[in-house]
Amino acid sequence: MNEIVREMLALPPQASTVAAEIDLLHFWVIGVTMFGATMIAALALWFTVRYRASRVGGKPSDAVERVQTPARIEIGLIALLVLLFLSWWVVGARQYSRLQTPPDDALEIWVVAKQWMWKFTDAEGNESESRLFVPVGQPVKLVMTSRDVIHSFYVPDFRVKMDVVPGRYTTVWFEATATGSYPILCTEYCGTEHSGMRGEVVVLSPTEYARWLRGGKAPQIAGIVYREPGAAEREIPRESIELVDQGERIAAREGCLRCHTTDGSPHIGPSFAGLYDTLVTMQDGSVVRADEAYLTASMMDPREHIHAGFPPVMPSYRGRLDPGETAALVELIRELAPHERWDTPAQTPSPKPDDRYPEPDAPGLPTYPPTRGVAGAIK
Amino acid sequence: MIEVSPVPSFLAAKTGPRAWLLTRDHKRIGLMFLFATVAFLFLGGAFAMLLRTELVRPERDLFDATMYNRLFTMHGVVMVFLFMIPSIPAGFGNFVLPIMIGARDVAFPRLNLASFYIYLIGAFVTLGSLVGGGVDTGWTFYTPYSSTSPTAVAPTAIGIFIIGISSIITGINFITTVHTMRAKGMRWHDMPLFVWSIYATSIIQVLATPVLGLTLVLVGLDHVLGIGLFDPRVGGDPVLYQHLFWFYSHPAVYIMILPAMGVISEIVCTFAHRNPASYRAIAYSSLGIAFVGFLTWGHHLFVSGMSETDAAIFGVLSMFVAVFSAIKVFTWTGTLYRASIRLGTPLGYLFAFLFLFVFGGMTGVAVATQSLDVPWHDTYFVVAHFHFIMVGGTTTAFLAAWHYWFPKMFGRMYDERVGLLTAALVFGGFFMTFFPQFLLGNAGMPRRYYSYPDQYQALHVLSTGGSWALGLAMLLAFGQLVVAWRKGPRAPANPWHSRSFEWSTSSPPPEHNFVGPFVVRRGAYDYDLTQEEADARSTDR
Repeated sequence: MNEIVREMLALPPQASTVAAEIDLLHFWVIGVTMFGATMIAALALWFTVRYRASRVGGKPSDAVERVQTPARIEIGLIALLVLLFLSWWVVGARQYSRLQTPPDDALEIWVVAKQWMWKFTDAEGNESESRLFVPVGQPVKLVMTSRDVIHSFYVPDFRVKMDVVPGRYTTVWFEATATGSYPILCTEYCGTEHSGMRGEVVVLSPTEYARWLRGGKAPQIAGIVYREPGAAEREIPRESIELVDQGERIAAREGCLRCHTTDGSPHIGPSFAGLYDTLVTMQDGSVVRADEAYLTASMMDPREHIHAGFPPVMPSYRGRLDPGETAALVELIRELAPHERWDTPAQTPSPKPDDRYPEPDAPGLPTYPPTRGVAGAIK
Repeated sequence: MIEVSPVPSFLAAKTGPRAWLLTRDHKRIGLMFLFATVAFLFLGGAFAMLLRTELVRPERDLFDATMYNRLFTMHGVVMVFLFMIPSIPAGFGNFVLPIMIGARDVAFPRLNLASFYIYLIGAFVTLGSLVGGGVDTGWTFYTPYSSTSPTAVAPTAIGIFIIGISSIITGINFITTVHTMRAKGMRWHDMPLFVWSIYATSIIQVLATPVLGLTLVLVGLDHVLGIGLFDPRVGGDPVLYQHLFWFYSHPAVYIMILPAMGVISEIVCTFAHRNPASYRAIAYSSLGIAFVGFLTWGHHLFVSGMSETDAAIFGVLSMFVAVFSAIKVFTWTGTLYRASIRLGTPLGYLFAFLFLFVFGGMTGVAVATQSLDVPWHDTYFVVAHFHFIMVGGTTTAFLAAWHYWFPKMFGRMYDERVGLLTAALVFGGFFMTFFPQFLLGNAGMPRRYYSYPDQYQALHVLSTGGSWALGLAMLLAFGQLVVAWRKGPRAPANPWHSRSFEWSTSSPPPEHNFVGPFVVRRGAYDYDLTQEEADARSTDR
């Protein structure tokens, strides 16, 4: 039954854990829509036949009785409709929330989009273009950014989509339920070759995925839908450099380490160690979580988000770091994250705050215990 | 009933190009707007035909990807800014609104003419840059693509900015007219419902259009001077643009559909020959749509990285628009109950409108349902949805309005059989064009694709075939009106036996609409009076 309706509505196969429930809501909503439109039109036609002037004996110039539809009928119909819409909304909101929240154990893959191709990098530095290799039955979280204009990552078979925006990171997650190849389509208009910006998700069994990770040749999968020139046959680099190692090199090269330490002791700027995923108090008193988005924003617009107690002296790295390098630095900071994830307080500012940048007084905000060592948190 | 007017009609009063081009008569300005918008409808339609024909096969047929991208931009800009927004408000609104409230003209006749010329100048600037320079950003001008696209983005933005001024002027004019120019004895609730819908539309035009103007100026500055407000390379935010753009462009959807709803309200009462099931429900829901329409723009950004809370709020607010629209739909349908219905071409279009508008509107609620929008966003499903509203709703109502007010405007009748046949053909062609696009969207076909995976071809072929049928039906509809204008039999003052006030004067009306001052002592839908009683209570002598 489910399959028949799906085929009738031309929906692609359900290849992810969320597809089936989204389709169920889809069937319901479209069913009501078709029924409603048909009923209204049929009712109007029936009234027209039933109350045609020749039958009710009306002459055009005649006076007719004034009919007032009782308000309770209108109100009843509207209430019914509101309830119907609200039920769509409640289910839709719950599902949307699920789509927005990647599971904690998700495998993370960095995605860089540009006109007109997709590039994927995992934490071990395995890279691929246009083809995204993932294991079956494992949640995968994509952390995406764009090098030029806005793109949108869409896999119809997974029912997931997310815009890929330059200058910020967006995430999308999915868990494939069957091995095979599923098309990736760009759905935000991005220029001349927009319709050619395609790729595929290759879902592998765990053993094949492990083989691919070891640098084996890309396995041949039956039923590849899109074969873009140059996309399918790309070689996977044999020697992968871990993203964290790359991050360390970049941090040294770009001078990050002159102000940021990796041992947890605050210097001119906050230490990289023990920073990731903690709650950071800003100079204006607000509190933000030091997630990927915040870390990226701090590299690109350092003056926008001043960590309380540190002088705003950091230059912007916009244009100096490409998205891959940014990803590597974020990965480095994540590697240096404290073990306890959620309840770890932020770092304490350096013991000698510059007089020109006085501590903000932020009444009512949670204060964090002073100088709690974070050095032990480093692996 | 006034069959023969002692004064010449507005068409015969003064002739010659000068008398038309410098006229301050709202009827002539309305007609000029209508001719211009019909010309742009066919121009935009021709662009659509080229696009559809190219999409018959995934391979290159007529032109390359660059040309395709320019064509869909031209199609969108022409249809939205040159046809859809001015069509019913500035065209039919200008022609019938003052007559409906028993006024001799609009409040600011000179501004009215200025609005037309500003619109024409804007149209020429826009078309010149679209056709001469070529713009490939789509009518949405999303940044940062539009900031970097090496095409004529800035001149096009200037053109649309100029058209926006025309839109604001017309809106102010109508609001003032409704407040100050109503005939002696006409209370707000005596006004025809079309006036309420144009009034609500004018409010949106006045409040929302400046935001579009501002946004386009910023895009132009980004493009020309590189100030980078929306360019992330220098610290701008491309998503901010989407908020600003949709803050205008979502209410703009209601600028396009509210007047169509007004037309439908008139036609349903006239052809049902009874009062609306609830006058207040129709009148106030127009204002409700105008208000809530400003609070729904965020549903265009569900996959732009919006928070769950924001998405939930925008989702539920969007549904309120559907509730207000449903109030209208129920009231229209209820108006046919226990009526005395005569068939006519406008009623034929009304049936098409009802089905297509309800289907299109409810798919609108569907795409405002957050999780469903995720797979549907930016696919052909959305294309099909808004074409159901914009073509199935507004354009169908535009055709209905042409057939409904044609006798009033030109004093001629057309052939009802041809009219009903073309209405059926318009419906069939439309359905065949756009229904397959819902399925294409379900299957995952993204919009603005020059080429596509092979499995989508069958539905594309069907859609293209439908578009040719729709184009043919449009030609037939307007062809028959041209023939009727030249050769049709003379129309009486009130061929539909309507009680609405524009039918109280002769067809076509005299230069100042009425012979003497128009005095009203009844509502616009008093079908419980005989025609003689009704005429006696709304008279200009």
